[in-house]
This record gives sequence, structure tokens and C-alpha cells, in this order.
Amino acid sequence: MTGTMQFARAAAGVLALCLALVPHPVGAVQPDEILPDPALEGRARDISEGLRCLVCRNENIDESNAGLARDLRLLVRERLVAGDTNEEVVDFVVDRYGEYVLLNPTATGANLILWLAGPAMFVAGVGIAAAYLRSRRRPDDEAAPDLSDEETARLERILGK
Amino acid sequence: MIAELGHFALLLAACVALVQAVVPMVGAHKGWAGWMAMAAPAATAQLLLTAFSFSALTYAFVVSDFSLKLVVENSHSLKPMLYKVTGVWGNHEGSMLLWVLILTLYGALAAWFGGNLPPSLKARVLGVQSAVTLAFMAFIIFTSNPFLRLAVPPLDGQDLNPLLQDPGLAFHPPFLYLGYVGLSLTFSFAVAALIEGRVDAAWGGWVRPWTLAAWVFLTIGIALGSWWAYYELGWGGYWFWDPVENASFMPWLLAAALLHSAIVVEKRESLKSWTILLAILAFGFSLIGAFIVRSGVLTSVHAFANDPERGVFILMITAAFMGGALTLFAARAGAMQAKGVFGLVSRESALVANNILLAVSCFVVFVGTIWPLIAEMLFDRKLSVGPPFFDAAFTPFMVVLAVILPLGALMPWKRAKLDRVARQLLLPVIATFLIAALVWTFQTERSILAPIGIALGVWLIAGSKIDLWSRTGRGDLRSRLRRLWNLPRADWGKTIAHIGLGVTFIGISALTAWQSEDIRVAQVGETFDVGGYDVTLADVRREPGPNYDSIMAEMVVTRNGRPVAVLFPEKRNYPVAQMPTTEAAIDNGIFRDLYLVIGDPQAQGGWAVRTYIKPFANWIWAGAIIMSLGGFVSLSDRRFRVAAGAGRDAAPKGDASPVAAE
Repeated sequence: MTGTMQFARAAAGVLALCLALVPHPVGAVQPDEILPDPALEGRARDISEGLRCLVCRNENIDESNAGLARDLRLLVRERLVAGDTNEEVVDFVVDRYGEYVLLNPTATGANLILWLAGPAMFVAGVGIAAAYLRSRRRPDDEAAPDLSDEETARLERILGK
Repeated sequence: MIAELGHFALLLAACVALVQAVVPMVGAHKGWAGWMAMAAPAATAQLLLTAFSFSALTYAFVVSDFSLKLVVENSHSLKPMLYKVTGVWGNHEGSMLLWVLILTLYGALAAWFGGNLPPSLKARVLGVQSAVTLAFMAFIIFTSNPFLRLAVPPLDGQDLNPLLQDPGLAFHPPFLYLGYVGLSLTFSFAVAALIEGRVDAAWGGWVRPWTLAAWVFLTIGIALGSWWAYYELGWGGYWFWDPVENASFMPWLLAAALLHSAIVVEKRESLKSWTILLAILAFGFSLIGAFIVRSGVLTSVHAFANDPERGVFILMITAAFMGGALTLFAARAGAMQAKGVFGLVSRESALVANNILLAVSCFVVFVGTIWPLIAEMLFDRKLSVGPPFFDAAFTPFMVVLAVILPLGALMPWKRAKLDRVARQLLLPVIATFLIAALVWTFQTERSILAPIGIALGVWLIAGSKIDLWSRTGRGDLRSRLRRLWNLPRADWGKTIAHIGLGVTFIGISALTAWQSEDIRVAQVGETFDVGGYDVTLADVRREPGPNYDSIMAEMVVTRNGRPVAVLFPEKRNYPVAQMPTTEAAIDNGIFRDLYLVIGDPQAQGGWAVRTYIKPFANWIWAGAIIMSLGGFVSLSDRRFRVAAGAGRDAAPKGDASPVAAE
């Protein structure tokens, strides 16, 4: 128990603000998992990269070497060998584990907000900017206030009138 | 005893911070010069006290004082000295002390080099900065005291996480913090300006070097972390869109936006309220980052130890400063009158476009990062937002940014003529399309990503060079070259930084599109072919390290019979922390990295071996280095030295600016 505790504490600070995956440094896909058919294996890798390892922090099953990730990798390959399409494999996994496994969130329901937030913000930004730019195009004399009487008098004095 | 002194110094520093947060503010309000003037010496005192406190903690780590709880948990007597020192910030409490040290450092620098600021503005800047510092000091003192003693000290410590015992990662946090915390000073400037109710060209000139410094340090910090991930984690991943990475990336994007909008404030006295808002939000994202990292509300690979109490404290700090600053902004933003007038096609407009793209891409990252939280709270959906989302939602904005960047950089202020700009850019356009066609023809994969990404990189690089060249005016080559050399450093910095961005673009696209890998079981003595290279697993042996055991493979790489490299990938085991690590062996090259990893021994004999060929990988970090180099060159510009008040013209030539110097 103390092992995990101290590990957790050690990791907190620096890891905290740093960039990169930590827990399982040794690469994931093992030689014995690889399918003999390169095309099928390629599809398996593609699918694996989009599926989250459920017991890890934030890794896909292709990168993780957790036991569960290996099970999922084997499952994906099993389905592919059985003749499933990519979508069928993903659906199969999602049916079992929920949409939490999907690293690419579906564009359905509330997730539309997620997908549309950026474009919507962009359109809004362009709109606001366009309005602002138009306001900046007014010619100088319109923007500058007229001189006060005092200033006019002073200007005339300076100009030596 | 020394630890107690360190603790005491921190408490004293907090007292000074309290005074500095109040007295100069009152002084500035009432116009009392004496009260305002106390801000500068107080800032120095804060720095000295905090530095003493930090040194005390460092001393405890150096001499392995195992009566300190923090040292026991994060150090070991056998650990190399370098990692004893860097272990000071390799944990939550120590890293917070570093954070506060840097806060006081920026405060003191503003006090020392802010000689030409109006007294009331200077007093307010230092007052706000001190308020921020005080909040974090309170955070340390009340929730994360690094100086706690143990009643019964153990004989030895529990060691630092072995993954952190690495030079790349050892210096990653200080740079990152210099960046994050540097944004606190621009925040202080923004709030002070709002209180003053005045933003003018001079304000833009004062804020810009600090923003630039923060951005440069963030760039270096992020690049170091990404580089570390690349070589340490064993498969060459360099960016994972993890919440904690995003936490550092969001302030970087906003700081980049701020950097550009502050130019408009300085040169054209426009975009004032927007710039103020950006300055507030950029630091806000630093605070949100600290919250994400230290609260653990978002599942991240980094935020291991999560403590709700600490999270709530940081959330309160964030809410207080953001709420206060934004309220002030709402009340005062109307008073910021823009002066400059400009046409729709002008550098101002281009910089507005730059700001929209950077701000929106930051927003995309933000929404993607917190969406799992929102979806669970509001819609009862437990879901993940991973790299595929960010790749799809973020990248388009970067593509547009890269397309318009050279155009905008060439446009003059006020009003530009598109056909003139287009004529100047004819050469880069041709180069871009040629390269795209070339890449498309020669690549073996039918990837659209590589030609587009590389073409964009070429476009950025060529466009930036044309931009600099166009500044030399007319005349014969010699006089133009002389003028080129004498151009302001800010112009050089801009060009260099933009070139760096192009180089990073090329690196990312080429690596993403073309990397190849090979995973297999190899017997000792076996040779196999990967992408034209012959790799031989010559030997596998045990090697003891200072505080670890290692299994080391000797792998010989040849190409067409000619030797390329002999590489020694390792698997290390750290017995104290009971943790294995992978040390990949990399043969670095300009156009490709060979990346070898030794895996586990196999039941039927032999070893799992991974071989990766990573084209253009180093360009990613080279680009980041070039970008930060551009920042430093720009910081050394004489105008900044004057603006920052660094001894005016007395500053010796070639001397770095005060900001760059630290």
C-alpha cells in the first residue's frame, strides 16, 4: 500500500505540470498479438488507437500495457478475424463497456455542443471582429473631436497668427 | 533548524506580501508617494525571504535530511546529486514553493526594471502581483507545507519517481513555471491599468516583453516535456492531448495571441480592451491549469495524487482573481478608447484574425478538456474526449493560421494592397506548391497530410524570409544586406519565430504521416530488416546503475552493409521505488530518428524488440527551439530595453534584456 501511496505522491508535483504519459513505460502491443495479415493488423491498430484503456489514466489500448488493454486488443483482433467491419468492432466494444471507451466522442445528443463549440465560437469571433473592423474604418476627422475654443486660440498663437 | 528557518522565512514573506498588497494600493489611490514607494523594496524583501525559504528546502534535500516528511517521500540517499536537487520540485509541496519563488522573482524584476513606469501604475502592478503571491503563499502554508517534520525519522527515503530522474524532465518544471507565472505579471499590468482607467501605447510597450518572456519559457517548458515523453516512454509519442498537457498548452496559445495584440496596442493604440481581456484570461488559464493538475477532477496520467481540499483552495484563488478582474473589466472596459483607424486589409486586421484563430483554438482545447466533466454533471454521460477529437477540431484553425500568417506579416499598418502583398509572395507560393507536388510524388504512402503539412511549413518559412527581406528596401544587394543586418532585433525575432513554427509544422506532419514501426521477437544474433535498415540484436546483458539495475541490449544497425549506429536500449528497474522504466536508444538524424526499444524476454526464447523509424522527428523540437530563440532575439531589442527601463542607453551592446537575462 505504501508503495502506491509514495508513487502517487512522488508523481504529483512535477508530473503534475509536465507533459507526457507516465504509468506504463514499456510499449504495448506484444509480438504474439500481431495478426499475420498486415491489412487486418493495420485495421486493428487503427481501431485500438481510438479505444481507451479503462483502467489507465488517459491512454489508448494500443499504447497501454495494462492487462485489460491487452484483453481488449485481443478482442478487437478476434472480431476482425471473425469478419467484422471496423464499425462493428467498435460497436461491439461500446456495447460492452459504454461510450467511455471511445476516445473520439460521438457527435450525437449533447456532444453536438462539444463539436460545434469551436466553429460557433469562430463564427461569433469573426462577426464581432467584422463589426469592430468596420467601426475602425471611419475616417480620421470623424473620430477626432473638434478643438475647443481655447485650443484654437492657442494653435493660432503658436502658428503666429 | 534550517527547515524551521525556511518555514519562518516563508511566513515572513507572506506578511510582507500582505503589506505590499495593501499599502501601495492605498497610496496609489490617495496619491501618497511614500506609500507607493514602499512597493519596490517590499518586492525585493519578498524575493529574498522566499529564496531563503526555497534554499532551506533545497539544503534539506541535498543533505538528505530524513526528518523532513517531504524529503523522505521524494528522495533517497543513493540518488545522484542532480536529482536530489531537482527532487525539490518533483513533488506537490516543493513545486508550489518554486511557483511562489518565481512569483516573487517576477514581482522583484518588475520593481527593479520598472523605473520608468508612472509611480501609481508601478505601485498598483506590484500591489496586484503581491496579492496573487499572497494567495499562493497562503495555499502553501495552510494546505501544503513542505517543512513538516516526522516524529520518527526513517533511515532512508522512498526515492523520487524514477521517471523523473532524467535531465529532460528535471528542468521541465522550472521553465514551465517561469512561463505560467510570467503571465501573472501581465495580469497584474492589466488589472493595474483597469484600476488606473488608462491604457496607452506605453502600456503596450511595457506589457509586451513580459508576455514574450512568459511565452518563450512556456515554449521551452512544453518542448522539454514533449521531448522527454518522446525518448523516455518507449514508443516515441510526443503529444497526447492529456488534460495536463492541455493545461500548459492553453496559456501558451493565449500568450501567443496576447503577444500579437499587445503590438497593436503599442503601435496603433487599438484593440485595447481586447488585449486587457486576453491578459486576464491568459493568467486565468494558468490558474485553471494549476487547478486541473492539483485537484484531480479530470482523469489525467499526471495528476496522480489528487486532493479535493487543495483543489477547492486553488479554485477559490482562481474564482477570486478571475471574478475580480473580469468585474473590473466589465466596469472599466468602456473607458478604453481606441485611436488608430485602419482599413479592412491591413496588418491590424491580420492580427485580429490571428487573435481570433488563437483564441478560438484555445477555446476548443478548453471545451474538449472539461467536456467529460460537463457531460457527466449535466447529461449523465460518462465519456472520453481524446486525441481524435482534438486532431479534428483543433487542427483546422492552425491550418488557417499558417495560411494567413505570411500574408499578414507582410502587410503594412493602416492599409495594405492585396495585389502588392501577393506579388511579393509569388516566390513562396511557387515554392510551396512545388514542394507539395514533390512530396506527393515521392512518398510511398498516399497520405494527403504530409504534402499539405510540409507545404504549409515551407510557406511559413519562405514567407517569413521574404517578409524580412522586404524590409531592406531597394537598392543593390550589398546595401540591402547591410540594412538586413541592421534591422531591429524585433524584426529578426519575428522572422525567426515564424520560421520555427514552420519547422515544427513540417516535423509534426512528416512524423505523423510517415513513421513506421516493427514489433517482433528477435533471438540474440538475429538480423532483421526495417525500412531499409538491417538491425542486429547483438547481445543482451545485465548492467548495474547507481540506483537501478539495467538489462541492456546491444543492437547494430547497418544500411547496405555500411554501419549506421550501435545502439544500447535498456530496461531499468529501480528497486527502491519498485518501478521499471524503458530507456529507448535513439540514433538522431536530421531526416529520421532510429528508435530502438528492448522489451520483455519471451517464453520461447528471444526478446521482444521494437524498431521505429521516425522521419523528421527532431524538427518538432528544433522548431520549438527556433521559436524561443526568436523570442530571445526579440527581447534583446533595444526598444524593449528602453521600454523596460534597463539602464536606458547605458546598457552595453549585445547585453540581453532584463527579462531575457534571468
